[in-house]
Amino acid sequence: MSTDTVEVQEEKKVKAPSEPLLSKRRKQIVKDPLSEDNPITIQVLGICSALAITIKMEPTIVMSIAVIFVIVFSNLIISVMRNLIPGRVRIIVQLAVIATLVTLVSEVLKAYYFDMYKVLGAFVGLIITNCIVMGRLEAFAMANKPYDSILDGLGSGFGYAWIILVVAFFRELFGSGSVLNFKVFEAIGWDSFPTNGLMVDSIGAFMVLGILIWIQRTKTGYVEH
Amino acid sequence: MQRSNTYIIIFSIVLTVILGGLLSLASVGLKPAQEKQIELDTKKKILGAVMDISGIKDPNELLSLYEERVESVVVDIEGNKVTEDEKGNPVIAEKVNIQKNSRFDKEERLYPVYMFKKEDGSIGAYIFPMFGKGLWDWISGYMALDSDLNTIKGIAFDHKAETPGLGARITSNEIQDRFVDKKIFNSDGELVAVSMVKGEGHPSLTVHEVDGMSGATLTGKGVNNMLKDYLECYKPFIEKVQSGEASLALN
Repeated sequence: MSTDTVEVQEEKKVKAPSEPLLSKRRKQIVKDPLSEDNPITIQVLGICSALAITIKMEPTIVMSIAVIFVIVFSNLIISVMRNLIPGRVRIIVQLAVIATLVTLVSEVLKAYYFDMYKVLGAFVGLIITNCIVMGRLEAFAMANKPYDSILDGLGSGFGYAWIILVVAFFRELFGSGSVLNFKVFEAIGWDSFPTNGLMVDSIGAFMVLGILIWIQRTKTGYVEH
Repeated sequence: MQRSNTYIIIFSIVLTVILGGLLSLASVGLKPAQEKQIELDTKKKILGAVMDISGIKDPNELLSLYEERVESVVVDIEGNKVTEDEKGNPVIAEKVNIQKNSRFDKEERLYPVYMFKKEDGSIGAYIFPMFGKGLWDWISGYMALDSDLNTIKGIAFDHKAETPGLGARITSNEIQDRFVDKKIFNSDGELVAVSMVKGEGHPSLTVHEVDGMSGATLTGKGVNNMLKDYLECYKPFIEKVQSGEASLALN
């Protein structure tokens, strides 16, 4: 992560003043966390929520949107303020911004999507402690311009989202026999599909996630040193 | 870069004021919508205890159905009707906060009872709200008893923070349907309530037992305690109605 920042800064010095809105470098900012530098499968961050809320697809989608919103906007806000934030209290400032955004999300959910608010309960609040969010602020937004930070937030957010959605898909399919609450197996006439209780449990999430990490690291050739 | 302490303090204060202000604004602005959601949620649970409302998507339709079919009364521990509090303000069942009341002594609590009317206006079910402790935080329930005040017609649970997939299953139809047709009085007329057994998949259960939830025994225990506690509290009212004494509740 820290190498990213250094590279970007070096590039800035040589780069012409007007960079295209979607230059190669910027595309890379978005693309990297989707696969090669994925927050969950490569950096192994944000695991707790990935385990907790992936029992069904619907709450997972809401959670993804919430996390993307929080990452993008906290990245933007911190990046805008980056030259004002005193170094010694920067972590507290980051936390305050994240906590404010998360509380906003939680309040809006409570007002307009009450059922989901009840399902997600504490986990929306726990986005505050999601290491991905703070990791991005500290590693990227503190040293980069607002637009780049938004892109970085989008990349990390979607990198997180697609992984938990895949996990949720398999867990709901095998654990509850449905996809987005639609009973797939009953629909194709297989009424006696044996649902797997393990998938409903957090252990199921560990297993699905483990397999995902395995597949992904085989593909990208990433090895932990 | 190193900044002076004064700068840091001023920066922190300004940031706190801005963020705090934002949150207060959001909280005040969203309050009406949230309260409406909570009211809707309560009425949904009351209706959900007696009928399948999953087909009704429009909130207004739900509210008008509630208006039309549900009557309510508030009773005390002795089963007497309460119409006003000590200060003389009228007591409305829907406004009684069960969570708040559950913190008082049993004798001082207010107990709302909802009556669900059939098409012809006669009472089809009595709905009793209850409140208790699950594994992590509160759980609550609305138990609907048939007009004999013995057979469970339906039940709707809610919870704050039970584990999804384990304790949180109490909100699923799968679990709630297990309570249907169970009885709260035994053949001698004693109140025994119903209880969830430990473990899941029991082949033969009595009319007072409900199949448990595997992996959520403690939530099940919380449910059992809640049902027992609150049915005890409602018992005087139930007996009054059964003996015909409390038809006064319906005027």
